[in-house]
Amino acid sequence: MEEEVVLSPSQTPGPMFGYALVFDGSERAVEPDAPGAVVVAGRILDGDGAPVGYPDCLVEVWRGDEWTRSRTDEDGAYRVVLTKPQPATLEGVGVEAPYLNVSVFARGLLRAVETRLYFPDEEAANAADPVLQLVPAERRHTLVAVRDGDVLRFDVHLQGDRETVFFAS
Amino acid sequence: MSPHTAIDVTPPFLFPDYQATIRRAPEKRLVELPKDWFHTMPGPVFGRIPVGPTDNDLLHQHTGDPIGLRVLFSGRVLDSNGRGVPDTLLEIWQTNASGRYVDPADPGFVPLDPNFTGAGRTITDSLGRYWFKTVKPAPYLGARGSWFRPAHIHVSLFNPGLGLRLITQCYFEGDPFIRTDPIVQSIPDPRGIERLTAKVNLAKCDTTGEEATVAYDWDIVVRGRDATPMEQ
Repeated sequence: MEEEVVLSPSQTPGPMFGYALVFDGSERAVEPDAPGAVVVAGRILDGDGAPVGYPDCLVEVWRGDEWTRSRTDEDGAYRVVLTKPQPATLEGVGVEAPYLNVSVFARGLLRAVETRLYFPDEEAANAADPVLQLVPAERRHTLVAVRDGDVLRFDVHLQGDRETVFFAS
Repeated sequence: MSPHTAIDVTPPFLFPDYQATIRRAPEKRLVELPKDWFHTMPGPVFGRIPVGPTDNDLLHQHTGDPIGLRVLFSGRVLDSNGRGVPDTLLEIWQTNASGRYVDPADPGFVPLDPNFTGAGRTITDSLGRYWFKTVKPAPYLGARGSWFRPAHIHVSLFNPGLGLRLITQCYFEGDPFIRTDPIVQSIPDPRGIERLTAKVNLAKCDTTGEEATVAYDWDIVVRGRDATPMEQ
């Protein structure tokens, strides 16, 4: 008989985390004028399309050794700066297209949602990406950012017809 | 050591008693990523977070002493095989002893304490141990017509090497509001609530009068790399 060990369950961060988790510069892994810097901006929206806005929501965007945090504003908008990664080989599986991890924590989310941002200018790499191939074809577009001038726009829909694909962690 | 089965008691996304989940809970199935695809994980990436050597002492962040019951809040981060998890960033935030957050989003029903901010950080040592000195937070009313939440400390854990990113809350044994709080009660197994409840450690309380501190023990248990997963 194996012994059972109960893991510590997740709880919501609530709406009062700002003074603890957000610090000066937490939304930038690199400066916006650094070589290869990309600005990722978007909105977090609920099942009615309403913003998950200030003070309720924390967004973390990260990859490798770069990691950013942003609290959404009244419109549910966040904005972070990091660099675009290279494709990565998964041993025995294939080549992953460049992507960024996106985690959303909020009042009303008892556990975080985890998703991935793929780049719109990587059509061939995205088509061959082994993780995207696990996603139902008609929902893959929810994971691809939209080029909007100097910004990569990536909205997260928590619920509804436009619900973003989330991954089990 | 015999293998251990890790019991996952993660709350559901939708828990209608906690109304804020109703329009924010994802409804579609999560996509599972095969665990054996991802062998290498990045090292610590929280280097930019300024963790100072006294950031775990919330009693001495101002010129005077904060009001409230002094608490030594300590424990270990463990994996499901009982091994300590070192190099884990812990960030905490909490109300003061009257139930008020410094955060400007607080409704302000009870007063601030000029000598207490209520935010701290530390990194677990080589055995996975951590400690904070703080005051005991209080139950509070989050909004008009809302409910009293049990006293709690919010805890954020980050260990990229283990693929660990968790935000949870620590409750205190004997708090009557644990039974009525929908956020606590969203946990689908009483053992999960027990796991999040800190217990007084009489032997560690300071009774000399020097610090007059009540010690609460609180361990955090996370999935290890080789744990057998079992959803409940």
